[in-house]
Amino acid sequence: MAQVPVTGRFHRLRPTTGKRIEIDIDGETVTASSEDTVLVAVLSARRIVRRSEFGGGGRAGMCLMGACQDCWMWTADGRRLRACTTRIAPGMSLRTDPPGDHLWPGRS
Amino acid sequence: MMPGEAKRVAIVGAGPAGVRAAERLVKAGLAPIVIDEGFSAGGQIYRRPPGGEVKDYSASYGADASRARAIHQAFARIGERIDYRPQTLAWNIRENRLWIARDGNAEAIAFDALLLATGALDRSIPVPGWDLPGCYTMGGSQIALKAHGCAIGERVAFVGTGPLLYLVAWQYSKAGATVVSVLDTAPRGSQLRAIPGLLARPDFLMRGARFRADLARQRIPVHTGATPLRIEGADDVERLVWEDASGREHVETIDAVALGFHLRSETQLADLAGVAFSFDDTLSQWVPQRDASGRTGVRGIYMAGDGARVLGADAAEAGGRLAACAILADLGRAVDVQEVERLQASMTKFERFRDALATAFPWPAALAAGVADDAQICRCENITAGQLREVASLKGAPELNRAKALSRVGMGRCQGRYCGPAAAEILAACQGKSLDAVGRMRGQAPVKPLSGALKMKDADA
Repeated sequence: MAQVPVTGRFHRLRPTTGKRIEIDIDGETVTASSEDTVLVAVLSARRIVRRSEFGGGGRAGMCLMGACQDCWMWTADGRRLRACTTRIAPGMSLRTDPPGDHLWPGRS
Repeated sequence: MMPGEAKRVAIVGAGPAGVRAAERLVKAGLAPIVIDEGFSAGGQIYRRPPGGEVKDYSASYGADASRARAIHQAFARIGERIDYRPQTLAWNIRENRLWIARDGNAEAIAFDALLLATGALDRSIPVPGWDLPGCYTMGGSQIALKAHGCAIGERVAFVGTGPLLYLVAWQYSKAGATVVSVLDTAPRGSQLRAIPGLLARPDFLMRGARFRADLARQRIPVHTGATPLRIEGADDVERLVWEDASGREHVETIDAVALGFHLRSETQLADLAGVAFSFDDTLSQWVPQRDASGRTGVRGIYMAGDGARVLGADAAEAGGRLAACAILADLGRAVDVQEVERLQASMTKFERFRDALATAFPWPAALAAGVADDAQICRCENITAGQLREVASLKGAPELNRAKALSRVGMGRCQGRYCGPAAAEILAACQGKSLDAVGRMRGQAPVKPLSGALKMKDADA
């Protein structure tokens, strides 16, 4: 793996066993490991995965095991995914803000 | 097994309890279906990277390497004999059917026996500023390291109480992370008082002592009797303000916090199945009722592992085997009485140790009850402790579910998993009631968010 970009929140302490892949976060290409979850891939390069729809603060997940629901992100084509329980894949295109008119259900 | 005799046994969870239960059932000739939210078996304690391959067990699991490997191998051996469904959510239980979903496809599984081995989650207390990005649960901080080799930040403070606090801080320091401080809300005296009880498991007591000694050798400050006051920062975690046992305030410059006050059982499915709960005074929480083998009062529903009672991974292995024996006996299979007695005897030791841990690292009820009015108690929908208190006093919500409906605390996407324990303390304190008198938040199906576009497969009869 390449050096951890200084912009990332997570700090890799062990070399990853995965292959180096490229993904897209908010239109920028970054590298990740094929053994990452989406959460680990994004936070190795960025500080947040989304903004709270109740107040706008940045969010970066909390439990990492699919319980707190803090890390739901969007894909460029408007799908939602829970970053900590989704495996990263080459070419994934992720968004920290809802693309287009997509809003979180339940919020009008 | 003869045709027509086949009984359907379903297991939810593939951690130590689920794996050992499945293994025992396979040994008796059954072919259970195992529902697992994870990518691969192991649970959170022996979690693996998404691909399921662990290159270096020692680097990933430290002192637990051989146990982690044993669980992974045990599950691999029975792989061909069971119906394993990874990355699958069990989200409802109705009329002896377990509702599951994977990738937007839902299905109802009919069962004769269902074992809930759903594991645990952090028992959290809101600290003002915990909604800033960079604040993680203790368990989540450990997962980052264990499964992904990552630290949650460059300068991490560990805050809370319980054995996991010291374990994770130690693991971070050993892996080369900067551990700024370890702040334990438990007073030193309570930890010394618990030593006789902790001797129920001398190996674990020694391990805890070693973690402390190593942290001291690394000159990492460890403070008992500490009180976290607030996490500060403009749009990120920047500082932790805390008070020491003598009342002096301190400020640490950090970029991440690991926060956790023991674990609690994930019981929402048990609740939906109709399992009765009782209030446990030692743990100050509601626990599902079951017998010494994991049978609940609901016919066909069994519980094992940390999802039934938080006793740790070793106890979960024994509990999973016990529940499998109970299922086999109830299905009319012969079960070795000595095997059951031996397993039950081992559980007694784990129970004794757990009680001593509750003495050593008491749940800081006052910290939870006293969360500042302007602090967010619900991270999902940014609802403050003050808003909950207003509902409790002005609108007179007599119990937790009413307070939830009025304040929305517990109605967010985590469904009360992280706000629930503190919400109960706040409500009880507001109304001058005991904790058990305000009740407990009921589980709701689906127990976790489902994709909006869910396709139903016909329920099999």
